[in-house]
Amino acid sequence: MIPATFDYARPGTVEEACAALAEAGEDAKVLAGGQSLMPLLRLRLAYPDALIDLDRVAALREIRDEDGALFIGAMATHHQVMRDPLVRAHAPLIAKATATVADPAVRHRGTFGGALAHADPAGDLPAVALALDATFLAVSAERGEREIAAADFFVDWMTSALEPDEILVGVRVPKLGAGWGVHYEKFHRTAQAWAIVGVACAVRRERGAVEAARVALTNMGPTPVRAAEVEDFIAGRTVSESSFREAGERAAAGTSPPGDLHGSSEYRAHLARVLTARALTAAASA
Amino acid sequence: MPRVRVEVDGATYEDDVEPRLLLVHYLRDRLGKVGTPIGCDTTNCGACTVLMDGLSVKSCSVLAVQADGREITTVEGLGIDGVLHPLQRAFHEEHALQCGFCTPGMIMAALDLLRENADPSDEEIREGLEGNLCRCTGYQNIVRAVRRAAGEMRTPARDREVTP
Repeated sequence: MIPATFDYARPGTVEEACAALAEAGEDAKVLAGGQSLMPLLRLRLAYPDALIDLDRVAALREIRDEDGALFIGAMATHHQVMRDPLVRAHAPLIAKATATVADPAVRHRGTFGGALAHADPAGDLPAVALALDATFLAVSAERGEREIAAADFFVDWMTSALEPDEILVGVRVPKLGAGWGVHYEKFHRTAQAWAIVGVACAVRRERGAVEAARVALTNMGPTPVRAAEVEDFIAGRTVSESSFREAGERAAAGTSPPGDLHGSSEYRAHLARVLTARALTAAASA
Repeated sequence: MPRVRVEVDGATYEDDVEPRLLLVHYLRDRLGKVGTPIGCDTTNCGACTVLMDGLSVKSCSVLAVQADGREITTVEGLGIDGVLHPLQRAFHEEHALQCGFCTPGMIMAALDLLRENADPSDEEIREGLEGNLCRCTGYQNIVRAVRRAAGEMRTPARDREVTP
């Protein structure tokens, strides 16, 4: 289908973008890479009055080193992120998970910030951002910049903490130090499909034991979920198949997974347990 | 209405476009480039894949206005003076098409893949084409064709220009 009509603005700077968004009002949408939004427009599941296209805001594509953290510009494409030497060195979990997003053509257009602001619980990157304790930087014309912790950013199904007049500028991701292994375990029906369940996992090993673990789940509720019970259980235990399996048993605790034609909520809970054990195992040996 | 200036298959076009006009509709309906088909409404099938500034994109998920100032290559821009591109020839010779609907997208996605990886394994070819669906399910011959074309493109015949 052809999208409904909309006004279109193509700002060149963040300031212009904020001004355009403020002026366009509540029924405007920010267009990042468009790989989620364009299908919604075409299916007329979304029909904003105006699109503010960030495609030409070059400053938002930057990925930079900020001492203890990486700053990933919201408009950095998946293609760019998964190849970026800084990301690969200091946030390899992001590189690994991004490589599983959709397909090469979509990754050429789709952006890191767009995928996060879209807040689709079946998207891969929200759980990754949550597991890595990322901080989101938003800006509006009226109120300037503010920071939002990952734990506060994902509010509900397809709903982020961004206000209608706010633009996501980028995400600050604390660097993982030495000793961390990471893995993103994704279960999907076909190569390019969304995760039925996914597990983002980072494990720090010290002398044969797990010193700390970060685990977050994709598509196990209306938002990505941190598997706190798994993290608490596994910390301090020896690296072994049985301890990872026991930890995985706790993965579905406190979650409310959806049921749909790809799987019932019980099936997703089962997947979360199995995949979490696999993700821990893989991360501990990475 | 925004005005766009786009280079498509080596020719420059200037047009006024509605913001909601999709790139694939611009190519087909305004420029007559019907070599690029429309397969789905959901960015799934990859039939409409073209190159934008050298990178594969699904032209149903890009607005025409976003192509302003960019360079687009469609399947129609591959052959030179009636001589098929090695990928086109390999698809023909390896019987890599049945109904042919997915073929333009497959070829453009394969071209993007070979730009990054001149000698891909079968598995890498399958991964590189994961965004392109063949409903005839003729993937075996598609993989074979891409492998064959890759070989030819690595050692092009002297009398043949190979682009891009």
